Amino acid sequence: MDKFTTLTGVAAPMPLVNIDTDMIIPKQFLKTIQRSGLGKNLFDEMRYDDQGNEIPDFVLNQPAYRKAQILVAGDNFGCGSSREHAPWALADFGIKAIISTSFADIFYNNCFKNGMLPIVLPQEQVDVLMKDARKGENARIAIDLESQTVTSADGHVFSFEIDPFKKHCLLNGLDDIGLTLEKVSAIDTFEAKAAQARPWV
Amino acid sequence: MPKTLYDKIWDAHVVHEDSDGTSLLYIDRHLVHEVTSPQAFEGLRMAGRKVRAPEKTIAVPDHNVPTTPDRVKGIENPESRIQVEALDSNAREFGVHYYPVNDIRQGIVHIVGPEQGWTLPGMTVVCGDSHTATHGAFGALAHGIGTSEVEHVLATQTLIQKKSKNMKVEITGSLPPGVTAKDITLSVIGRTGTAGGTGYVIEYCGQAIEELSMEGRMTVCNMAIEGGARAGLIAPDEKTFAYVKGRPHAPKGAQWDAAMAWWKTLKSDEGAHWDKVITLRAEDIAPVVTWGTSPEDVLPITDSVPAPESFSGGKVEAAQRALDYMGLKAGQKLSDIEIDTVFIGSCTNGRIEDLRAAAEILKGRKIAVKRAMVVPGSGLVRAQAEEEGLAQIFIDAGFEWRLAGCSMCLAMNPDQLAPGERCAATSNRNFEGRQGRGGRTHLMSPAMAAAAAVTGRLTDVREMMTETA
Repeated sequence: MDKFTTLTGVAAPMPLVNIDTDMIIPKQFLKTIQRSGLGKNLFDEMRYDDQGNEIPDFVLNQPAYRKAQILVAGDNFGCGSSREHAPWALADFGIKAIISTSFADIFYNNCFKNGMLPIVLPQEQVDVLMKDARKGENARIAIDLESQTVTSADGHVFSFEIDPFKKHCLLNGLDDIGLTLEKVSAIDTFEAKAAQARPWV
Repeated sequence: MPKTLYDKIWDAHVVHEDSDGTSLLYIDRHLVHEVTSPQAFEGLRMAGRKVRAPEKTIAVPDHNVPTTPDRVKGIENPESRIQVEALDSNAREFGVHYYPVNDIRQGIVHIVGPEQGWTLPGMTVVCGDSHTATHGAFGALAHGIGTSEVEHVLATQTLIQKKSKNMKVEITGSLPPGVTAKDITLSVIGRTGTAGGTGYVIEYCGQAIEELSMEGRMTVCNMAIEGGARAGLIAPDEKTFAYVKGRPHAPKGAQWDAAMAWWKTLKSDEGAHWDKVITLRAEDIAPVVTWGTSPEDVLPITDSVPAPESFSGGKVEAAQRALDYMGLKAGQKLSDIEIDTVFIGSCTNGRIEDLRAAAEILKGRKIAVKRAMVVPGSGLVRAQAEEEGLAQIFIDAGFEWRLAGCSMCLAMNPDQLAPGERCAATSNRNFEGRQGRGGRTHLMSPAMAAAAAVTGRLTDVREMMTETA
């Protein structure tokens, strides 16, 4: 997995609340058996018309945001399905961090498995960053995972909370499965005990 | 210390806990379908890993499968076919339990699990699908996971988790006639919002929940995710035990007795700590429909389309966008909204009791919509409905009688809405494009969907019940 340490870049504003996983990657693109290649269909139904032409108004089609690495989004981003195709599509497009007041639970977890950092901040701080995002190239946002801070274009520093284990894995690009397999003897012990206590399982 | 049901199941499954509370949780049942698993199996292959507990892993194709009778000849869409074939070969290669497309036990993974007795009280159940919450109806801790976590569970039979907070949702009193489990679960989301449950595991309780059948309880827990919760739970009781007993993979003999001894302890203790409590009176719940593009956009059928300005914050813009997408105007009566299509099915409402409730309304009546389809949740539900004569009622009314699968709930197979087509659906999500690009979805109970099919507009099912009486 890719490491995440620091990032400074253009943020795309998506103030809509409840942006769901069907918006992020519509189901017709879930038929792949690979993880890669979904970026071109990210936000497909908002981004392209029925003929597949770009809708110029959509934020990621605007010149300033075509290479955005950060999203500043409305409340409850990523609600809906557990499909990891949503973070895969965002990552494949080039998004590395998403800032919102809240995220849906499964989407939030899925981000970390893909080297992507979801950041929760209070409404008034998201509002400041949303203003920056609207300025495109003229207002870059800086993120530092180690110090758990987001710095707005005019130098306001906002601190965010993150689970220490998730932070550690992201900073070092660690693979969960490898880490868990180091505890395989604890799993063996648990399984043996559970087979006694709940043999019907 | 008094514990909640969630606390008890959690404690029974902790393999290892770090000082910061990060825990390794043992997984008793891993359900797998074709859409969220291929990359996980591929990951195992690339790392040279095996499935740790194939005997606890159950695979079934459901999202992509066509529901027309000609599916025995194979899947036409090449991408869907590749995904289903990948599941076929992965199930064989890794030796997990498997119900292929043409097995009568095939169906939606969340209907097959309980039906076959894989889902039992007190278990941890995961699946790469958010509606895994369904299994919480048995007093099992069940939730959706992403594909990376699917791979993690396949490889280790555990999941890295932090414990959620405890929320109690109590529904007091008895449901009035015409009001169902679907109306409960939608009304709760209407109250809390789609993020109201974020960070929590919900336990549903109260007289109205106790009075629900297992099918109804599954409907309630199914949509816990739509309220943002990690999982929904209902304490097991005699109804649960009666449902489970005799199922193919339920314990038998001495093991049944041992299981029952534990299962009977699976309830929240008096004095257990709740981080949040929500109470609704059953008598205040009406048959509801959704008007917008989020499951929280829910109102009683007797109400009107709300004005975007009646909301606050970001919801004003979202509501305006929803009305534009849905082709509705503020102030319009919900019962005046004309519909084109009716879809009865899904893991929310594709069980036998749902089909009975719809058939009850449709008996001796004809549909007044362009098309209507029933997609039973499993081959066994379909067979039972045929035996009970329900299939004939649907067919006589003008419904298409389909084979089992997820179908138009998420429209990954050919069952899709056309742009602008308006659908009364018993499924769980009314998101933009969910049932087909530009399709417009109104969520409701099976009885309400049947009523809409008969009148051609959103309809208060209670009016039709009076007619029958």
